[in-house]
Amino acid sequence: MDLHFGDSKPTDEERAAIDTLLGPPESSWEGADRSDADLRWARGGRAARERRDLLLPGLHAVHDRIGWISEGALDYLCRRLTVPPAEAYGVATFYAMFSVKPRPATVLHVCTDLACAAAGASELCAGVEARLGPGSGVSVERGPCLGLCERAPAALAIKAGDPVRTAVSAPATVERAVLAASSPDSAPEEPAAALAVPQAGDPALMLLGRVGVVDPASLDDYRAHGGYTALRQAFAIGPAGVIREVTDAGLVGRGGAAFPTGRKWQATASQPDHPHYLVCNADESEPGTFKDRVVMEGDPYSLVEAMTIAAYAVGAHKGYLYLRGEYPRALHRMEHAIGQARARGLLGDDILGQGYAFDIEIRRGAGAYICGEETALFNSIEGYRGEPRSKPPFPVEKGLFGRPTAENNVETLVNVLPILTMGAPAYAAIGTGASTGPKLFCVSGSVDRPGIYELPFGATLGELLDLAGVRDGLRAVLLGGAAGGFVRPDELDIPLTFEGTRAAGTTLGSGVVLAFDDTVPLPRLLLRIAEFFRDESCGQCVPCRVGTVRQEEALHRIVERTGADAAADITLLREVGRAMKDASICGLGQTAWNAVESAIDRLGAYE
Amino acid sequence: MTVTSLGIPRRLLEFTIDGESVRAPEGATILDACRSAGKDVPTLCQGDTLTPKNACRVCVVEVEGARTLVPACSRKAEAGMEVRTDTERARHSRKVVLELLASSVDLSTTPEVAGWLKEYEAKPDRFGPDAARVDEQPRIDNDLYVRDYDKCILCYKCVDACGDQWQNTFAISVVGRGFDARIAVEHDGPLTDSACVYCGNCIEVCPTGALSFKSEFDMRAAGTWDESAQTETTTVCAYCGVGCNLTLHVQDNEIVKVTSPHDNPVTHGNLCIKGRFGYQHVQNRD
Repeated sequence: MDLHFGDSKPTDEERAAIDTLLGPPESSWEGADRSDADLRWARGGRAARERRDLLLPGLHAVHDRIGWISEGALDYLCRRLTVPPAEAYGVATFYAMFSVKPRPATVLHVCTDLACAAAGASELCAGVEARLGPGSGVSVERGPCLGLCERAPAALAIKAGDPVRTAVSAPATVERAVLAASSPDSAPEEPAAALAVPQAGDPALMLLGRVGVVDPASLDDYRAHGGYTALRQAFAIGPAGVIREVTDAGLVGRGGAAFPTGRKWQATASQPDHPHYLVCNADESEPGTFKDRVVMEGDPYSLVEAMTIAAYAVGAHKGYLYLRGEYPRALHRMEHAIGQARARGLLGDDILGQGYAFDIEIRRGAGAYICGEETALFNSIEGYRGEPRSKPPFPVEKGLFGRPTAENNVETLVNVLPILTMGAPAYAAIGTGASTGPKLFCVSGSVDRPGIYELPFGATLGELLDLAGVRDGLRAVLLGGAAGGFVRPDELDIPLTFEGTRAAGTTLGSGVVLAFDDTVPLPRLLLRIAEFFRDESCGQCVPCRVGTVRQEEALHRIVERTGADAAADITLLREVGRAMKDASICGLGQTAWNAVESAIDRLGAYE
Repeated sequence: MTVTSLGIPRRLLEFTIDGESVRAPEGATILDACRSAGKDVPTLCQGDTLTPKNACRVCVVEVEGARTLVPACSRKAEAGMEVRTDTERARHSRKVVLELLASSVDLSTTPEVAGWLKEYEAKPDRFGPDAARVDEQPRIDNDLYVRDYDKCILCYKCVDACGDQWQNTFAISVVGRGFDARIAVEHDGPLTDSACVYCGNCIEVCPTGALSFKSEFDMRAAGTWDESAQTETTTVCAYCGVGCNLTLHVQDNEIVKVTSPHDNPVTHGNLCIKGRFGYQHVQNRD
C-alpha cells in the first residue's frame, strides 16, 4: 500500500493527543522527523495495517483534545496507523459526534427525540440557541436520544481539552444547560443512577438489586453483595456447563432480536477457527432506551463478571465493550471497574487462579445508531465505516476480525449471573414458558415515575404503567422505541412477553415503553421518528438510504392533513415502507417504517 | 506447456428457481444460477470483476423460508432452496428501488435502466417535485476523467476497484452518512491532491456513467456523443511487456475512450494510466 499524504501538518496539540494514545512514532514512516536510519528500513505491510482498529480511538483522542479533526491531524493519524487518508476521512465523517470542520471546543448536544420532545425540547433548544449564539464558544447541536429519558429534556455538554470535560443537564432548563456548556466543571453532579430505578432497594430485584445499594466504585462492596459467586459457579461447572445452564434457562437476547443466547454461545464455542471473541453491545441508541446505561452506572462490576463468564463459555480470551459515545459516566464507571478487576486478578492472565485468561477493552462509539447492529459494530471496532455486513456469514462464524464472535447486549449478559447463582430451573420458572426470567423496561414520557423497571416476563403493559404512575390523557404507548410500534390506550392488557407482543401484532424490542399524552401531536412524533431514521441510515443500501428520506418527506407533507388529503401520501408511505422492510440490508431499514405503520393502522393517525 | 488450473471439482447443488429444477456448482450465487437458467434479474451494483456489495437491492428475489427478500447477486445457492424471481413481492421492491433511485439521481446514462423502469411500471415522479435529489455538479478537476456524482447510485464499485479488490490505491471512499453519503477523496478535495493514479479502473466498473472519460463527457455536453457511430477494436497495449488488452472506442476516426475486456484472465478489465489514457500519440497527425 503506497499511501499518499498531503502537506498538512498536525499541530503540537494534535500530535500530542495521538502520541498519548499510540506512543511516540518510531520512525519517519510513522510520522516522526526523518533520520538517516529511516532510509535503511521500511515499515509497512501486515504488521502496520493490523493496527487499523486503533483508528476510531485515534479519532476520539484528537476530537477529545481539540474538538474537531483537522486535515493535519487526520493525516498524522493515518501515517501512524498506515491507513489511507481517504478511508480515514470516510470513517471520520460517518459519525455524528465528529466534526471535520472547525467548530468551538464545547458542543452542547440537546436531545430532541421522542421523550424529550414531549417534555419541551423544542422550547429548550430555542432558548439555548438564543443564549449560545455565534461567538459564545459553544456549538449547539440538536440530536437524537441521549438515553436520559427518565430526566427529559436532556442535554450533554462536551468540552474538548486535556482532559475532555463533560456535563449532563437533565432535566434541563435553559439556565442549567447553558451553565453545563459554559463551565462543565462547575455544573452540578448528576443524580445517582439509582434515581433512575424507582424500585431501587427492593430485595426481590434480580438485575437491579445492587443498583443504589452498592457503591459502584467498590469491588469489595460488589463482592459483599454476591458479586463473583456466579463466576465461581461457572468455573465449577465448566464452559459446556455454563452454556447448558444458559440454554436450559431459556435466556434470549434482550437487545431486541430475542435470539436464544445459549444457541449463540454454543455455535461460537464450537467453531474450530480461533481466536474467539466476545463483544458486549452497549451502544444502546434506540430512542427511549436507557437500561444499559443504568446497569453500567449503578452496577458496573456485574457486567465485568458477566462478560467474563460469557467469554469463558465461548472460549474467548479477549472481550470488547462497545460503549455508546454519549454515555460519559457509564464510560468512567466501566473503565474504573475494569481497572479494579484487573488489579485484583479478576481479569488478566489467571482469573481466580483458574488458569483462564480474559481481558476487556472498551471501545467508544461516536454517535451512530447503526453501530448497534451487530455487524456494523464489528466494522466500527475494526476501524471501518459502521456499515452492516451482509449475512450470512453470521457473527458466530465470521464476526469481529473475521473470527467467531459472540455478541450480546448488556442486559442479556447480566441475566447470566442469576442463571448461574439460582440455577437454570429456578430461573426458567420466572416469567412465561416462552419468555423466561426478569426483563428491564425503560418507562418514560407521560408517567409520574419514569425510569427502569424490572418485572418478570408476563406482566401486562397496564401493570407496568400503573407502577410508573401513568398520567391522565394517555393517547398512545410506543413499545420498542423508534423501531417498535404504537399501541392504543385500550390495549393495556397486552402481556409484556416476546410471544404476547408478537400475538398482539407489535414488538417488545429493547423494552422501551414510552407513554404519550396530547402534548405533542402524533404526526409531529411520527415526523421525528422519520427524521431519526433518515439521519441514522448508514446509506449503504438504496431502500433505506432514499426510502427514509421519502418517508420523511411524505410525513412532512401530511403533518397537518387528515382523511382524503393524506390518503395519497399514506399509500406512498405503505409502498416505500414495504420495500424498506423487504429489501433493506439490515434491521434499521427493515424497521424504519414500523412505528409509522402502527400509528396509521392502530391509532388511526391522519384519520 | 501451459497448464490451465481447473481447480478442484465442485459439487453440483440442486434447487429450484421459479419452480424449475436447476443445478449450480457449489459456491455459485443465485444470480449465477438464474443467468445460466436464462432468467433475467436486473442488477446495478453487481460487477463481473468485483465481489458483490449488494447495495442497490434491485436484484432481490424471494427465497422460501427467508423473512426478507434476498439479494440474488451475493446469496450463495444452497441445495433444496426454493427461489422465486418474479413474485409480486420481489417486483414491488424492485419497482420501488428503481423509483427511489430515479427520483434522486440522474440515470440518463445508465444502460438498461429505462427498460426496467418501464417493465416494473416505476413512476419516479410520484414523490413530487420537491423530492430531495443528490444534486451534485460535475467535478472537472483534471484532463482525464470527470466525476459527475449527480449520476452516482453509490454502488461502491469504484471504491472497491480503487481499494483492495484491484488497484490498492485507496484514493476514494464513501464519506458522510445516509442520503448525504458521497464518493470522495480525503478531505473532499480535488482528485489532483489525492492518491489517485489515474488508472481509470473506477471508470471501467462504474455502472451509471457517473465516472467518464473527459472526452466522453465533453462530447456528451456538445451533443456529439454517438455510440451507434463508434467502433470497438480490441488490441494490445504497446507501452510495456505485460500485454494488457485495450478496447479502443473510435468515433469519426478519433479514439474517444478506452476500456479493457473483463474476461481477460490477467487483467480482468484493469489498466494503468498509460493504457487507459495514453492514446494521444496514436492520433497525432502532425
